[in-house]
This record gives sequence, C-alpha cells and structure tokens, in this order.
Amino acid sequence: MTTIKVDCVGETCPVPLVETRKAIRKASSGDIIEVTGTHPASKKEIPMAVEAQGHEVLEIKEEGDTWKIVIKIR
Amino acid sequence: MNKATIVVHSGDLDKVYSALIIGNGALAMGMDVSLYFTFWGLMRLKKGELETGSLSRMNFLGLGRWMVKRKMRQANVRTLEGLMQDFIDLGGKVFACDMTMEIMGIRKEDLRQDLISEYCAVGTYVKEARESEITLFI
Repeated sequence: MTTIKVDCVGETCPVPLVETRKAIRKASSGDIIEVTGTHPASKKEIPMAVEAQGHEVLEIKEEGDTWKIVIKIR
Repeated sequence: MNKATIVVHSGDLDKVYSALIIGNGALAMGMDVSLYFTFWGLMRLKKGELETGSLSRMNFLGLGRWMVKRKMRQANVRTLEGLMQDFIDLGGKVFACDMTMEIMGIRKEDLRQDLISEYCAVGTYVKEARESEITLFI
C-alpha cells in the first residue's frame, strides 16, 4: 500500500481531473491518493469522478484557497 | 458501455479545445473516449498544425487568437499539445477520416501518426456512436 501525491496547485480545468485519473490508473487496490489543488470546480468534480469509478473519497480538507482530497483505491 | 464519441469537424482553436477538454474530462470520469477528426478538424492532425487553428469568432485576422492564447497562458491553461498527450496517456483513441484525407490530398506521412490509432470511415463512427452514452459533433 502506497500513498501517491498529486500536486495540482495553480492548475486549471481539466488538469486536476486528468492528473487524478492518471494517478488512479497507476494505483493498485488499497493505495491512497492525495490530490491538492486550487481550482474551485475540481474540488467538487474530482469526488464525482472518483465515485463514478468505484473508489472512495476519505477526506476533503480546505485551507484558504487550497483543497486536499484523499482517495482510497478499491 | 460507458463511452463518449466526439466528432471533431471544426479545426478552430477554441473548438478543438472544447473537444479535447470534454474528451479528457470523460476519460477522467472513467469513460472510454473516441475522437473522430474529419474535414477542418483533420487539418489539426497534420504535423505542426495542432495549435494553429484560428478562433471561430472574433479572430480579427489573428489578433483575437493572439489575445486568447495570451489569456490562456496567463490562466495556466494547458496547450492543445499537452491536452492531446493527456488524452493519449489516459487511453483515448484518435480516429482520422480517410475520405477527408482523399479529398484534401493528405497522406498518412503528413499526419501525426503518433496520435492516430485508426484511419476509418463513417461506419466505424456509427458503430461506436450507437454504443455511446455521449455523442457530440464539434
């Protein structure tokens, strides 16, 4: 089990979604993916994409303009 | 089948952006995606021409295009080349219309063969489109 960090701070549509998907494709079952970013819509859309693919959103944290989404691969 | 099939008929910069952003978005949601490049869209698959389309409106002989490109750089929007690479990396498929190639006199050597997964005609598109949940004509 590994933790993969994806840094999308300062990136805009569709990069945070795309980079999250790249990480999901590389991950194996049980892995944790932490995506950080600032693009507001992606904070909503990444969890949608994660759930559509049957994975789990463990946590969504926010600090100022930066958010962090923690994903567990099923 | 969880699939999106998009016809890229326009070669305009803004419309190719739409196609690649939607295509990448659908891939990111876990869908299969096929882009069918035809007519003016296929021109963007010629070597060195991906980024060269004009704006569909307010191009003003390239001035509008230049301004939009500059704004995009400031907003840190990924280039079409980058989005195309993402699309391929995420398993998206690129189809080139062979009739367009014939009538426009385009040879395979003129095209970005590194991006294209298949050269095809309307039958392939219809077959894929009928099993797709999303189909768009851009």
